[in-house]
Amino acid sequence: MTGFAYHAPTSVAETLALLGDHARAGRRAQVLAGGTDVLVQLRGVDRTPRALVDIKGLAEVNRLHVGADHVFIGAAIPSAHLNENAELARLYPGLMEAADLIGSTQIQGRASVGGNLCNASPAGDTIPALIAVGARCVIATASGTRELPVEAFVTGVGRNALVSGELLLGLSLPRPGAATADAYLRFTPRTEMDIAVAGCGVSVTLDAGGVCTAARVGIGAVAPTALLVEAAAAALVGTRLDEAALNAAGAACSSAASPITDKRGTADYRRKVVGVLCRRAVGIARDRVLAHRA
Amino acid sequence: MAEAVDYKAIGTSPVRPDGVDKVTGRAQYGADLNLPGQIYGKVLRSPHAHARILKIDTSRALALPGVYGVITGQDFPEAEGGEIGGEGGGDVSDLAKNIMARDKVLYHGHAVAAVAAKSLSVAQAALDAISVEYEVLAPVLDLESAMAPGATLIDPSCFTKNLPEKPTAPSNIAAVMKLGRGNVEEGFAQADVIVEGEYRIPMAHQGYIEPHACIASCNEQGQATVWCCTQGHFEFRAMTAKVLRMHIADLKFIASEIGGGFGGKTVIYLEPLAVMLSRKSRRPVKMAMTREEVFRATGPTSGTLARIRVGARKDGTLTAATAWLAYEAGAYAGAPMGPGAMTVFAPYILPNFAVEAFDVLLNKPKVAAYRAPGAPQSMYAMECAMDELAERLGMDPIDLRLKNAAEEGTQAPYGPKFPAIGLKACLNAAKAHPNYTRPLPAGAGRGMAVGFWFNVGMQSSAEVHINEDGTVTIVEGSPDIGGSRASMALMASETLGIPYERIKVIIGDTESAGFSNVTGGSRTTFATGMAVIRACEDIIAQCKSRAASTWGIDADQVDWRDGAAIPAPGVNAALKPLALADIAAGAPKTGGPLLGRASLNAQGAGAGFSVNLADIRVDPETGKVDVLSFTAIQDAGKAIHPAYVEGQMQGGAVQGLGWALNEEYIYDANGVMQNAGFLDYRMPVASDLPMIDTVIVEVPNPTHPYGVRGVGETPIVAPLATAANAVSRATGVRMRDLPLSPPRVLEALEAAGR
Amino acid sequence: MDKIQIGTSINGEAVEFLCEPQQSLLEVLRDTLGRTGTKEGCSTGDCGACSVLMDGRLVCACLVLAAEAGGHEITTIEGLATDAGLHPIQQKFLEHAALQCGICTPGLIVATKALLDRHPDPDETTIRYWLAGNLCRCTGYDKIIRAVQDAARSLAHPA
Repeated sequence: MTGFAYHAPTSVAETLALLGDHARAGRRAQVLAGGTDVLVQLRGVDRTPRALVDIKGLAEVNRLHVGADHVFIGAAIPSAHLNENAELARLYPGLMEAADLIGSTQIQGRASVGGNLCNASPAGDTIPALIAVGARCVIATASGTRELPVEAFVTGVGRNALVSGELLLGLSLPRPGAATADAYLRFTPRTEMDIAVAGCGVSVTLDAGGVCTAARVGIGAVAPTALLVEAAAAALVGTRLDEAALNAAGAACSSAASPITDKRGTADYRRKVVGVLCRRAVGIARDRVLAHRA
Repeated sequence: MAEAVDYKAIGTSPVRPDGVDKVTGRAQYGADLNLPGQIYGKVLRSPHAHARILKIDTSRALALPGVYGVITGQDFPEAEGGEIGGEGGGDVSDLAKNIMARDKVLYHGHAVAAVAAKSLSVAQAALDAISVEYEVLAPVLDLESAMAPGATLIDPSCFTKNLPEKPTAPSNIAAVMKLGRGNVEEGFAQADVIVEGEYRIPMAHQGYIEPHACIASCNEQGQATVWCCTQGHFEFRAMTAKVLRMHIADLKFIASEIGGGFGGKTVIYLEPLAVMLSRKSRRPVKMAMTREEVFRATGPTSGTLARIRVGARKDGTLTAATAWLAYEAGAYAGAPMGPGAMTVFAPYILPNFAVEAFDVLLNKPKVAAYRAPGAPQSMYAMECAMDELAERLGMDPIDLRLKNAAEEGTQAPYGPKFPAIGLKACLNAAKAHPNYTRPLPAGAGRGMAVGFWFNVGMQSSAEVHINEDGTVTIVEGSPDIGGSRASMALMASETLGIPYERIKVIIGDTESAGFSNVTGGSRTTFATGMAVIRACEDIIAQCKSRAASTWGIDADQVDWRDGAAIPAPGVNAALKPLALADIAAGAPKTGGPLLGRASLNAQGAGAGFSVNLADIRVDPETGKVDVLSFTAIQDAGKAIHPAYVEGQMQGGAVQGLGWALNEEYIYDANGVMQNAGFLDYRMPVASDLPMIDTVIVEVPNPTHPYGVRGVGETPIVAPLATAANAVSRATGVRMRDLPLSPPRVLEALEAAGR
Repeated sequence: MDKIQIGTSINGEAVEFLCEPQQSLLEVLRDTLGRTGTKEGCSTGDCGACSVLMDGRLVCACLVLAAEAGGHEITTIEGLATDAGLHPIQQKFLEHAALQCGICTPGLIVATKALLDRHPDPDETTIRYWLAGNLCRCTGYDKIIRAVQDAARSLAHPA
């Protein structure tokens, strides 16, 4: 009568079959991980009936694996679980900061990095942080799997690169060496329980002399999608991450931004603040590398 | 000042009588009751801020299986005119139209129809099946446009009230109010320094966590019982009776526990709809608002535009002040401009002043009371101006206030002379407080401001039942929002001389308790407390007479001490005291049950003053404001339950800080609120705040038996200016528009070249 | 109607219920099962009034589908007190006057339990950030924080 259905498949194959069946029948199906975005939308802006496909019973999307070269984070792992993992906190302090900023303790008990990514909000906190660490999306398709860099996964406000019948399994992150560290900062008027007005994730690699040899900068909430800002990275590489370099990277972020004015902030404000966040985040990441060495 | 008294119960902070039920989830709030056979009501709301309703077609909704009734404005009786009374104020026919639009919708979210159905999902489907044709009109969304000549009229039959000459043309200015004394021009001529400024305070919501909810059950005779969360079930009953043209006696209202109100639950929204839907469906109808509905369709408080001019001599003596205050009423008249005008200069001795205030209609929800309604807005402006004056004079801001502070005998700007008040005591406590004298943290600014609220008395009733074993049940009619049962029990314990634990306090329904006005106006501990004390005194008199008859002596030969009747000094000393329990046990033989009663219209609510201090730091690159410390100092007269008095001070401080820093109604050009949820209507969360230090000053109110002043409302008044003054002193830039949200602060800093 | 049958455990007791696929755990707890101790303040996960524990993890019941509760253990405010009396957290909220209207109190107490189960000795900042998802409009949080600190002491050193 309500037109809603709930499915809890137990394998990737079963999930893909279910999604495929719905697509072929022209029925709407929506993947459910933590549900912290889906349930809110269901009650407000988007009340149309659909099948909810709960993927939390799949082993693959709950898999966390720290390998020698790569780390795999299953798409449905709640951020609270990630934050409690000491190894992840050591390897990706910035990404974990971002995951720790998603909503409240209660939200973190459910919300997943994969869900944050698929929801494709311009303000999703983990997206710039994932971009900064060079994460790639691992996607199950009818014929196997495919991978996409995070910055190519989100294609617009609320839109992602998954095509009908595909499922995001998780994220593959290059494992950083001791000379690399990341950081994430976002700005919100409240300390918690808020949506980013601007966000910036960075990752920097320093050589023994303290010169930056590689950098990645992702910004969020200042454009329809989170962006990889190569100009900001270029401003950092080859410098000692001194004030001038930080200012240049910040300026690059501000000019890469194309924000809107809304209830959360003005375009002008967002443009300025994303530059401030970049400067501060690079400083934090740099200090993290140096602290490793000390 | 009254002498210090040693109390046994008063001034202690025991666990509240209703506490266990509230920490275990047993306590029943508005949405917690379910009746057998109940169905669910929901409201269809206007998608336009201003529109004429051309046609409503409910036929498709009525045809849905499981739909038991649909109502629209056409189903309501023609509303009678007349004042509502109580703290909300306003006109009955406006109230009726606010509950359900008739020919026009006046704000986005205005109710246009309601349905009752077997489940919430069917009710929602029924709402979706109602079609409404509108002729969309231009919305009026800000004070300047609303007040401008030639403005689009919200209500073409609205002519400005209180003008010296009857106006010939309608206006969005529903009423004006003027107050004054002395000669303002002469006063300013005597001033060495004059500051003036224009201040903007946004529309803000009370933000109670419990959405409005009720259940109504109507019988075939048209008699209805309504169970709801309310600050005043008697007034809800009267309002519902007026809107539905029913006899008051045909309505029974039962107040549930209430999950916050702050003034917002002093007016009805759902109750008459539920009664009508129950009458149509002959089933109990349950209705509860969503959070979004609470924001869009219940009364926030007025956004305000305030212009202040204050002059002083070099030594700080104020010579003159003027205030121009425009308050947003929302869709119907009744903004709190009166209290705003009366409080703006209340803390100061001012020989010359003039206040002009406006009640202005626009296409926003009709405002409702919010904690000290009107005062935070006007006093924000004045207290910022005083801070600026102190800076210009090179004076300590507390010294400037002390120089001009009202005291006992000062004629208040609104008329009467103040009896004993605690303003100077609060200012002196602030000046001596370590949070004021210690060095300023690096990069921070220290702000202070004064707060004031009249407090009110009004009507209350109480009954004191002495049970057979001498325990006590008190029945009164003031919903307990913040621990008032504990205050009542403490005052009864003190008066009767029996332990607090033997007293139970009940909030009776409209058929089992005597009439009481709303829990509002900071009146409950004062006025209902006075009724409880008088009812206890009634019991003591009865007990003395029962003891006298037992002992065979005259009643005036009996004293009451420590919960027992004793012979008066000089009377037969061999008589053993008769404790309350003994008298209760013997009651059948001495005249029957012991029942004490009092009902009164309490006069002489003592005015409440406060002083707040804050240390605040501003991030110069993002404009973010951090509150490092906050101190609330307030005259409580006598704190009956100090922990709950502190709680009022701390809670009001944080509500005020929220309003100062981030809370505001944000509208788009069509009059649609953009932040109708707790995510984007940013009330402070725990991590935004430091501990809130408190100092309770006690200057007893001479008209209350224990010296009580109301404490609930004053706390929200001073934090707005305290925060703004601290930000100004931290940054060197004076920002007059609230909230001091990061984008606004950064913009101001950049404009000032910081 | 396409209702689903769900078996779960609530406060240690096996419970079965029927729910619609899109219904939240909060709706089922309050309306179907009559467990109204868990409060509804927003239904969008922004106020924390409906905080419950799911397998010991703090969640908002409004953001969990009732269907998702199948096979999990749910703890609500009604499950905290025991035959021995109130839970120490409940007792400390009372003693510190950490509630005024009380509507946020069940959620705050459940959230505090989740905090102290993981961090028995939290500092003030940890408490404030952990509880940031629980709005209270009455108290200004001061007395709540003190009650939590005292509850932590009381749990560490039972009288």
